[in-house]
Amino acid sequence: MPSPLRPEQLLAIHSRRAFLRDCAGGIGAMALAHLLARDGYSAPVASPSANPLAPKPPHFTPKAKNVIFLFMEGAPSQMDLFDEKPELRKWHGKPLPASLTKDLKLAFIKPTATVLASPFRFRRYGQCGMELSELLPNLGSCADEITLIRSMYSEAFNHHPGQLFLFTGSMVAGRPTMGAWIQYGLGSESQNLPGFVVLASGVGTSAGSDNWSSGFLPSSYAGTVFRSQGDPILYLSNPAGVNQQTQRERLDLIRQMNLEHLERTGDLEIASRIHSYELAYRMQMSAPELIDFSQESPQTLEAYGLNNEKTRAFGANCLLARRLVERGVRFVLLMHASWDHHSGLAKGLPRMCEATDQPAAALLKDLKQRGLLQETLVIWGGEFGRTPLSEIRRPDDPDSIGRDHHPNGYSMWMAGGGIKAGFTIGKTDELALQVVEDRIHVHDLQATILHCLGMDHTKLTYRHMGRDFRLTDIHGEVVQKILA
Amino acid sequence: MRVLSPLLAGLYLLAWRPDLMAAVDFQKQVQPILRARCQACHGAAQQISGLRLDTKQGALAGGYSGPVIVPGDSAKSKLIDRVTGAKGVMLMPPGGKPLSAEEIAILRQWIDEGASWPESAADASQPAKSLAQTLVSKHWAFQPVANPRIPSAGLPPLSNPIDAFVRQKLNSLGISPSPEAPRHTLARRVYLDLVGLPPTPSQLEEFLSDARPDAYERLVDKLLASPHFGERWARPWLDRARYADSDGYEKDWIRPYAWRYRHWVINALNRDLPFDQFTIEQLAGDLLPQATVEQRVATGFHRQTMTNREGGIDNKQFRFETAVDRVNTTAATWLGLTMACTQCHDHKYDPFTQKDFYQLFAFFEHVEEVDIDAPLPGELEPYFAKRDEYRAERNRLLAEYKVHEQQVAWEKEMLRAAANPGERTDWDLAWDCLLKLTEFGDGEKIIRIPWDKRTQREHDILTNHFIRNYHFAVGPKKYAETKFKELDQKLTELAAKYPQLTQAMTLQEEPSEQPTYLRVRGDYRSLGIPVQPATPAILPPLGVKGRRPNRLDLARWLVSKENPLTARVTVNWVWAELFGRGLVKTLDDFGVRGDPPSHPDLLDHLAYTFREDGWSLKRLIRRIVTSATYKQSSVVRPELKERDPENALLARQNRLRLPAELLRDSALVASGLITHEIGGKSFMPPQPPGVTELGYGAKGWGVGWKESAGAQKYRRGLYIHFQRTTPYPMLMNFDAPKAAVAQCKRERSNTPLQALNLLNDPVFFEAAQALAREVMTGSEDWNGRLNQAFFRVLSRPPSASERLHFEKFYARQKQQHQQGGDSGEVAAWTVLASVLLNVDEFVTRE
Repeated sequence: MPSPLRPEQLLAIHSRRAFLRDCAGGIGAMALAHLLARDGYSAPVASPSANPLAPKPPHFTPKAKNVIFLFMEGAPSQMDLFDEKPELRKWHGKPLPASLTKDLKLAFIKPTATVLASPFRFRRYGQCGMELSELLPNLGSCADEITLIRSMYSEAFNHHPGQLFLFTGSMVAGRPTMGAWIQYGLGSESQNLPGFVVLASGVGTSAGSDNWSSGFLPSSYAGTVFRSQGDPILYLSNPAGVNQQTQRERLDLIRQMNLEHLERTGDLEIASRIHSYELAYRMQMSAPELIDFSQESPQTLEAYGLNNEKTRAFGANCLLARRLVERGVRFVLLMHASWDHHSGLAKGLPRMCEATDQPAAALLKDLKQRGLLQETLVIWGGEFGRTPLSEIRRPDDPDSIGRDHHPNGYSMWMAGGGIKAGFTIGKTDELALQVVEDRIHVHDLQATILHCLGMDHTKLTYRHMGRDFRLTDIHGEVVQKILA
Repeated sequence: MRVLSPLLAGLYLLAWRPDLMAAVDFQKQVQPILRARCQACHGAAQQISGLRLDTKQGALAGGYSGPVIVPGDSAKSKLIDRVTGAKGVMLMPPGGKPLSAEEIAILRQWIDEGASWPESAADASQPAKSLAQTLVSKHWAFQPVANPRIPSAGLPPLSNPIDAFVRQKLNSLGISPSPEAPRHTLARRVYLDLVGLPPTPSQLEEFLSDARPDAYERLVDKLLASPHFGERWARPWLDRARYADSDGYEKDWIRPYAWRYRHWVINALNRDLPFDQFTIEQLAGDLLPQATVEQRVATGFHRQTMTNREGGIDNKQFRFETAVDRVNTTAATWLGLTMACTQCHDHKYDPFTQKDFYQLFAFFEHVEEVDIDAPLPGELEPYFAKRDEYRAERNRLLAEYKVHEQQVAWEKEMLRAAANPGERTDWDLAWDCLLKLTEFGDGEKIIRIPWDKRTQREHDILTNHFIRNYHFAVGPKKYAETKFKELDQKLTELAAKYPQLTQAMTLQEEPSEQPTYLRVRGDYRSLGIPVQPATPAILPPLGVKGRRPNRLDLARWLVSKENPLTARVTVNWVWAELFGRGLVKTLDDFGVRGDPPSHPDLLDHLAYTFREDGWSLKRLIRRIVTSATYKQSSVVRPELKERDPENALLARQNRLRLPAELLRDSALVASGLITHEIGGKSFMPPQPPGVTELGYGAKGWGVGWKESAGAQKYRRGLYIHFQRTTPYPMLMNFDAPKAAVAQCKRERSNTPLQALNLLNDPVFFEAAQALAREVMTGSEDWNGRLNQAFFRVLSRPPSASERLHFEKFYARQKQQHQQGGDSGEVAAWTVLASVLLNVDEFVTRE
């Protein structure tokens, strides 16, 4: 299946072809075949370095081309945001019977902890009447676009293992992350930008770079961090004293040297190096345009909350995420930390919502308006949920009340490419302890994400240490009910 | 789906009510069911999950999770749970039609009647070993290492046997070897391969002008004797050891003394500690009679596992995960085998069972992590001279802040909280923090030791923890009143003022009567059958009788003559370091799914001589690098491209992109910036802000990047501080391992981020600036300067056409950078130097 290329990509290949013919004389043909192969045009030549990021066909026709994963690190509280539990009010301040708490996995608190009813109100939003917390009015205005999942469950109940589980399918470090698997499976559509981009706001995350690691896959599949300070990509700017002209001349001479050496040694790895340097240069050229928001309308900037101190950091990343998928970036991991409200829930949670609700909703609306939502899968969620029981770190300070970790039932939402709109799936029991309907395991979520991208999660495998590994380990079922 | 409707099934059950029926006839009724429905997986051919149902003994013994038949009580028999799919267990047989209600009823009745299995019903005696097992036991890697006859291959006598084996194969295919590489290429190659540094122009000159016939061998010997040898060869070993300078999980605390183990590795390699001893000391140095401090430091190999200090984690789970990692790492590093699958189930392809895994696990389950004093030469005297003074000062401070009385009260409350969880939530948290946040020791263990029975080290550990973490128990207000924050700082400053002993992370055996249990489905909570420490059944036995074998026995077995794998696996990775590809391509998989060796006899020859020659790594490396095969040109041969695309036949050398660390080192050598300080602590090179901040530890947990001062920042890549959750970007860009699990092989990717890194990273641009300075002071004339730059970076002079290109380039750059009094020369040379530091030839060992 020939991959549809945009004009600028064709141009890039064409000019590279011309360049090789002009500069390289006799060896041009060989190197050309190599470069064309890496662009996905012909069968790859037997070279150790055929472009690992060349676009590859999916297993079947996909609904989504790109993914924006809004990773709400630290575990947002589902019964304060997505899954109202009036029954908790009856129990508020009292411990639950031991029979109900005996199977709970708890990090800090004991099963004898008292129940904490949500201090927040819920209301219905949209045509579909989705019930959401008063803390998420902007998401509420998008209720008819999303599928709300109230029946997620995970096996991990600590942050680092939980994040590893969410992104790699295993609680033990060392496996590739979702974004890396997807790049490995589909390659990158972008000629000028990395195919897997990581954006961060808030504080650092528990798993750090484990959340965008290539694990045992080659490092070309790892996420590239776009930074909010200094260079957007590390080492993107020329060194002090090197202007753009010098940079281009530097690159030209490096290319000349490499071409001569390619001729001497016949090693096609050198052709790959030439390609890498050209791509690096194109990144240098296109990144400033990417992060330059001056062409965005004032309404757009306002909508994403860029004029507001509270929403600016996350809003800028949301807008950047849209600009990235517009430019063919396959997977954007947008992290915001931390939702880990062990204490100070009553103030901390509204603060996090204030920073993120408006920009996330703006992203959905903007994608929709530009016709990008149907080909972009948007996912919002954390590594697990929180307990209906209270965590009291300072008995002498009532403001310190929070919630502990809870993997047995929590909420996420998804929207766009291939996912139902205005739909709610799953149910937890009246006390928010267990999922009672449509249980969705983390591996099921992963299988579903791959499915939306046209991949069968059982077939996306990589042989390592004598075994074929998968994102979904040996589990996972596509959640058919939420597919559009 | 069941075939029978519930109603029908009920009728059947009624019909088969045991009290109404005659006793079940085992041979006529039970055995046929077992044969038809169970024995394909649980019979003579294979015993999945350790269960066989074709013999009386096997059936009554049960499987990994214990007995499956309780004679007289079908309700308690797992066999019945399994065939009925009760209690949420997996229904047996999997995949096929479930047993009929009638069949189930027969099995129930048989068990309830006592599960009699008459001797007359014994199947014709069948060997326990299946056909499949017999086949895999013939797998090449499990055969004893042979000492193959060296073929003549038309080579003169006394030629290097390596060449004989390689030539024999090439001859048989009518392929001629490549000519020897040019001398300058060869010099650069062997410098990079043996010491990981390119030759300086004068070193190169020395070799090129040495006309003696054995000039090359002399160079090899010189390099093998260089202290940089240990630095170069430590790195692939540290990849296997998953070496890092931080915990790895969440807060990812810095491990200030991790380097002490790296220091040991470098030293051991430099003194060519025989590989058998190298193995024994790292796996079981603590168990050697009268173990020395250095031998205990060596056990740091298995202290490189990741640590999770997250609040609320189950320490038992992570102890289990850690032991699992130690099994997997040991198997990968020494045996070239993947045991990871067998943590949860019998291996699908290789002849390893889950029982094998837990028998290996048993060696590692009861080990204790202990930090010890491990002073370097010269530390002891000043330490002892000042120790009493330091202790007096410290005690004075502790007394001033009334630590003792507050700590005694705190300990009492802590123990009460531990005994009464849920009573006071603040003290629950404080207790959990003791379990997770104690530094350099086990807080829970110490707090349970009576005060006057504690060692000085134990006192220090617990007191330090108390001072830093008392706020969890009493809250910020009361904590502020104690002024412990101020005290903590004073204590830290005091310790820095006085000489302290270097510490080391080590392992030691933990006395335990607890047996090791197989864990059903790999879950640490599901105990299966008890197992004894032992080696995998398919490999030779340990040979220990009359006592429980320990890690020392395992280590000695690994390097015993009987074990066919360690020598082969080791010579194979050494070979891969020198050719970019192993004789067995799958360095980490010598099992049945791995690649067979390209040159089996050569592999065995190397393994055999390595072992017989006293396990000397230096002599092994010398044999390889002095072969004609190694010295061949690496120029690609188009005529062999189709026939041998991966150069498995070795008709030439390979061009290899340098590993991350050596790339950095090469730039530092070429520019003259390098600081040679062998061994010692890690350092932090300049890194842009915002990298470490992406980790959780950066906020509030003190994990930060403090750029090393002065010449420290020009040390070799091997010493770069490795922060697991936020590693130094250059290392990641160039495929250094992530240090989560043992890594036996590095990728050599080729990416735009690498290009940006070399082009624009201030560290590399600084090297270009320094190189410019060097060549400008080294020569007055332009051509001389260009020559020097080429020699320093590429170990060769420029070609005529290159000279021309650079001349034009230089002129343009000079003109561009001319400004006022500045001639633009420095800038032009800097940019020129940076070009050289980016060309493929520089980043490649040819």
